[in-house]
Amino acid sequence: MNPVALYNHDAPISAAQQHQFDPYEMNGGSSLVIKGADYCLIASDTRQSDGYKINSRYVPKAFKLTETAVLATSGFSADGLALFKKLSQNLEWYKHAHDKVMSTPAIAQMLSNTLYYKRFFPYYTFCLLGGIDEQGRGVSYSYDPLGSYGAEPYKSVGHKNQQGVQRTDMSLDTAISIAKDAFTSASERDI
Amino acid sequence: MSSIGTGVEYAAKAVDNSGTAIGLRVKDGIVLAVEKLLQSKLLVPISNRLIQTVDTHIGVATAGLLADGRHIINRARDEAESFRNNYRIQIPGKVIADRVGQYVQAYTLYSSVRPFGSSAIIGAVDNEGPQLYMIEPSGVYWGYYGCAIGKGKQVAKTEIEKLNLSELCVRDAVNAAAKIIYTVHDDSKDKAFELELSWITNETKRHEFVPREIAEEAERLAKDSLNEEMEDD
Amino acid sequence: MDHFSQGNINYPPQPRSDAFSDPTTQTLNPIVVGSSVLAIKYKDGVMLAADTLASFGSLARFRDCERLYRVGDFTVLGASGDISDFQYTTHLLDTLVVEEYYTNDGHVLKPPNIYEYLSRLTYGKRNKFDPLLNSYVIGGFDGGEGFLGYVGHLGTSYQSSTIATGIGAHIAQPILRKVVEGRENTITEEEAIQVLEDCEKILYCRDGRSLNYYQRAKITAQGVEISGPHKVEGDWQYGVKFGKYGNFK
Repeated sequence: MNPVALYNHDAPISAAQQHQFDPYEMNGGSSLVIKGADYCLIASDTRQSDGYKINSRYVPKAFKLTETAVLATSGFSADGLALFKKLSQNLEWYKHAHDKVMSTPAIAQMLSNTLYYKRFFPYYTFCLLGGIDEQGRGVSYSYDPLGSYGAEPYKSVGHKNQQGVQRTDMSLDTAISIAKDAFTSASERDI
Repeated sequence: MSSIGTGVEYAAKAVDNSGTAIGLRVKDGIVLAVEKLLQSKLLVPISNRLIQTVDTHIGVATAGLLADGRHIINRARDEAESFRNNYRIQIPGKVIADRVGQYVQAYTLYSSVRPFGSSAIIGAVDNEGPQLYMIEPSGVYWGYYGCAIGKGKQVAKTEIEKLNLSELCVRDAVNAAAKIIYTVHDDSKDKAFELELSWITNETKRHEFVPREIAEEAERLAKDSLNEEMEDD
Repeated sequence: MDHFSQGNINYPPQPRSDAFSDPTTQTLNPIVVGSSVLAIKYKDGVMLAADTLASFGSLARFRDCERLYRVGDFTVLGASGDISDFQYTTHLLDTLVVEEYYTNDGHVLKPPNIYEYLSRLTYGKRNKFDPLLNSYVIGGFDGGEGFLGYVGHLGTSYQSSTIATGIGAHIAQPILRKVVEGRENTITEEEAIQVLEDCEKILYCRDGRSLNYYQRAKITAQGVEISGPHKVEGDWQYGVKFGKYGNFK
């Protein structure tokens, strides 16, 4: 390289080279939630994969937050775990500050805030939150990685196909057997 | 010397009024022993240790103000860690003695601080073998084969001088150390005490408290021999 | 300046014009690296194996590099990837163990504690875009049974009865799973040694960054034992014996 070029201010300045470290990984997995009048069913598979490799066949990605709320994740497992730990800590602090356990709808909002707070370096997680509200009704919410969320009567994330489904009221037993069927068919299709 | 005395002299006095601590450097290791005077019967046994570990291969026994002794030990731990960070090897005995000595000395220099009311006996086993140093509140330190600080230091030193330290093994030195502490302790004048015993052997290069059975045996022997001496009198 | 570092039909990829033209940081590129680490649970605890090569690109730079490291009394840390990052990590753990030792409260660092620490460490470093470029295998013995965990450079972690890192995850892992899964409590020490040796042999034949000397760590109720370097005989008939791609019989 011509050393004079170092001082040539007219030369186009090349854009800073982006270093190629990718902080994300897709560890796959599916989670599902079905809510009923007085129950909420949350299910996740326990496979953790990395591309074509299976890391382990037993790594839970559904986490119990309170006696009435469960977080189910999929996506980047380290982010999912970190998110769960952050929520758990906040729930602990809430309990100390207010002497009561946070309600599931409040957790739903807190989860949204937590995801949105990190929107410029997002948690690469697809979350479902299911549980029971203060009136004893089943509630369920689904999220995108940035924190956008909504209440859903049923939802799956990850590798499950949700095309053409329609709403039906069902008993918990029916919901469980449907969930099992869903995971069976999903695992037959997911390599 | 000034007739009104310096801070260092007051500090030394604090050490001279505390329970006795001794260190023995023998053939195959180091033994530390402290007569911990109990301020209250309500204290939990073995709490408020006066002998502490600084790095796996270093033990420090202090006499004097308890809190100052803890501060010195904290500094010694920081020095040991910093040495590891810089050189990726364990800090040698003479280096930790020097570092802590410099630190203690710095507290004699300024009007904003007071000297430490504690002396520290540093025992270590490094590549050179067993090392024993004693740091005074002035910051001065020397290497020793055997040293004693606190109330009973004169008697203790006389007793230590009777030992053949270069021939003694750690196991026997523990018994000797226990006996010395029991000898210097004055049942009629002093409060009740707890004996702290620790060692570092050349073999393990680890500073650890003497296992309970061995320590209890040493205490029993110490008491027995004192009783015998009383009967002889 | 090279505006076509990716290269295209008209401008094939070419060497960068000078050393200062791109601000890649040193830690994003591993320099001296170790290859696979293998680990399995067996009857008495956990066994790990790793060869002793540290490569500098395609140069076999250090042939006596120990990649299995004892942490406390019941844990062994194995690592593949950047050796300098690994040495940094072992130093952190040493500091931790010393702190734990002088605290003298009867508590010691156990395998799950070290596993958790490393997963938080690697995840924290990846959040700062200053990752530790290692795959760690934590083998240990705790609460009467073996412990085996993995921690990756992004903070990904999992526990499993067989673990293989690097190219071993492709070549050795299927063999280990076939032998170990469902038989964790019946595999003998001899069997465990045998399967690890078989895998090291296959890796020596298939992995261009491997060596025919490896260390083995055994963690049982009795504590840690690291042995070796053991030599594996270069048997170039293995391709025939094991099938074309190193399949196990």
